[in-house]
Amino acid sequence: MINIGEVIETNEMVEQENLDVRTITLGISLLDCIDPDLQKLKRNIYEKITRVAKDLAKTGEEIEQEFAIPIVNKRISVTPMALVGGSACKTPEDFASLADTLDEAAHAVGVNLIGGYSALVSKGMTKADELLIRSIPTALTRTERVCSSVNLASTKTGINMDAVRLMGEILLEVAEKSKDRDSVDCMKLVVFCNAPDDNPFMAGAFHGVTEADAVINVGVSGPGVVKTALEKVRGESFEVLCETIKKTAFKVTRVGQLVAQEASRMLSIPFGIIDLSLAPTPAVGDSVADILCEIGLEFAGAPGTTAALALLNDQVKKGGVMASSYVGGLSGAFIPVSEDQGMIDSVQAKAITLEKLEAMTCVCSVGLDMIAIPGDTKATTISGIIADEMALGMVNQKTTAARLIPVIGKGVGDTVEFGGLFGYAPIMPVNKFSCDDFINRKGRIPAPIHSFKN
Amino acid sequence: MEKAGKTIITVVGKDTVGIIARVCTYLAENKINILDISQTIVQGYFNMMMIADMAGATKSFGDCVKELEDLGGEIGVSIKCQKEEIFQKMHRI
Repeated sequence: MINIGEVIETNEMVEQENLDVRTITLGISLLDCIDPDLQKLKRNIYEKITRVAKDLAKTGEEIEQEFAIPIVNKRISVTPMALVGGSACKTPEDFASLADTLDEAAHAVGVNLIGGYSALVSKGMTKADELLIRSIPTALTRTERVCSSVNLASTKTGINMDAVRLMGEILLEVAEKSKDRDSVDCMKLVVFCNAPDDNPFMAGAFHGVTEADAVINVGVSGPGVVKTALEKVRGESFEVLCETIKKTAFKVTRVGQLVAQEASRMLSIPFGIIDLSLAPTPAVGDSVADILCEIGLEFAGAPGTTAALALLNDQVKKGGVMASSYVGGLSGAFIPVSEDQGMIDSVQAKAITLEKLEAMTCVCSVGLDMIAIPGDTKATTISGIIADEMALGMVNQKTTAARLIPVIGKGVGDTVEFGGLFGYAPIMPVNKFSCDDFINRKGRIPAPIHSFKN
Repeated sequence: MEKAGKTIITVVGKDTVGIIARVCTYLAENKINILDISQTIVQGYFNMMMIADMAGATKSFGDCVKELEDLGGEIGVSIKCQKEEIFQKMHRI
C-alpha cells in the first residue's frame, strides 16, 4: 500500500517543484478531408477537427481534477497542410485561408495552439509545398493559434538548400509583419531536420502521415523536480548523479503515462507516445539551465556545459524509457533561451553564445530554440545558421530544429518580451561574416555516407 | 456518473483540534469508507493521509474534491483528494 512519505513526495513535486503535464496533444489526420474545392475542403477540416476534438479540453480538466496534476496545455496537431491543401490551393492566399479555418477550429474546441501548418521538403518542394511556405507570413500574422513548421532536411535525404534559403527570407518576412509586436509571430514557426511524426510540443507538432486517424500524444515536464532531487546529492560521484536523474525521470514520465492512458480511455482515441522532455518555463525553479548549474557549472555555457547536458539528456531518456513502452517525439532536455530563466541569466552574464548553444544542440533533444537575434540580420545569415543546425541533425541522425526570432528594430543589448510561458529574451549577437555565396548556390546537400544502410 | 475506486485524501496545515473529526464526518455523511489513516509532522506542518474507498459514495468524485477543498478552507488546512493511481504509477514498478 502507498505510504504517506510517497504521497508527500508526489504532492511536493507538483506544488513546489513545478511538476506538470505540459501538453496533451491530439493528433488528427486530415487526409480524408481532401477535396479539390477549397470551400468544401475548409468545411471538411473544420467539421473533422471540431468533431474529433470536441471533448479534449473537458477531458484534460477532468484528469487534472482526478489526480490533482496540472495539465498546462491541450493542443491539436494535424496532417501537414501542404499535403491536405495540395489540390485545392492555387495561391498562397488559398493556403492562408486554410490557416484561418484551423484557427477557427482551435478556438471552437478551446485548445491554445494547433500545429501542422507544415510542409515536408527535406529533398524537394512540390508546388503546393512552396505555396504553403510562401503563405506562412500571412497565415501567422492573421491567425492567433496556428503553428507552422517546415522539415528542411533529414539523414536519409540530405539538406534541401533551396528551401533553407527560402526559409531565411520567409522568417524575416514573418518578423517584419509583426514588427510592432517585437516580431513575436516568429515564435510560431520552426524549421526541422529529421522532424518526428508524433511530436506533441509546439511550434513543431504535426500529425505525420504514418500515424493513425487520431492519436493522443503527451508531453511531460519536470526540470524543477530533477533540480530538487540533485540538490540532495551535491558533491557525489557521477554514478550517484546519473542514478538520481534516472529515478526522477522515471517518476515524471510515469505521471505522463498515466495521464495519456486516462485521456486515451476517456476520449476513445488510441494512445500514441509519451514525449519525456524536460521543458522549462520562465517560472523560477522550472529551468534546465539551473539543472546544469546544479550539476556543477557556474552558468550554463561555461566549459563543461555540453558534457553536462549530454549526461542529463541521456539519463532522462534512460529513466523515461523504463516508465513507458511507447516513447517518442523529441524526448530529451529542451534548451530554449527565452523560456528558461537560468538560460536568460546566462545570456545576460555573457556566459553563453549562439555558437555554444549550437554545440549544445548536438547532444540535446532539439535545437536552437527561442533565440532572439538582431532584426538587421541578413536573410542569408539566418539561412546559414539554419543550414548549420540542419547539418548537425543530418550527420548525427537526430532531430534538430531552429526557432529564431529576428526582432525588427532592435539589436544586441535590447530585450524582447514574449509574454506568459514564452518569457523574455535578451537579443544575442550573430556572427557578422558573410555566407552569401554559400547560401546562394542552388540545389541540395547530399545525404551523408552513413545513411546508406540498405 | 462514474464512481471512483480507491482515493487518497491528504490534509496539510497547522495542527488544530478536530481536523480528523471534521473530515471523517464529511466522509461518513457521503458514504465514503476509510481504509487507512496515517499522519506525520513535516517541517512543523500536520500531514495526514487517508486511503478511502469511494465505490459507494453518494456524490461524484468532482463534487467530493470541491467540497473537501471548501471544508479545508473552513478549518484552515489544505485538503486534497486524488485517485490512488498517480501514486501507484510513480512509486511502484
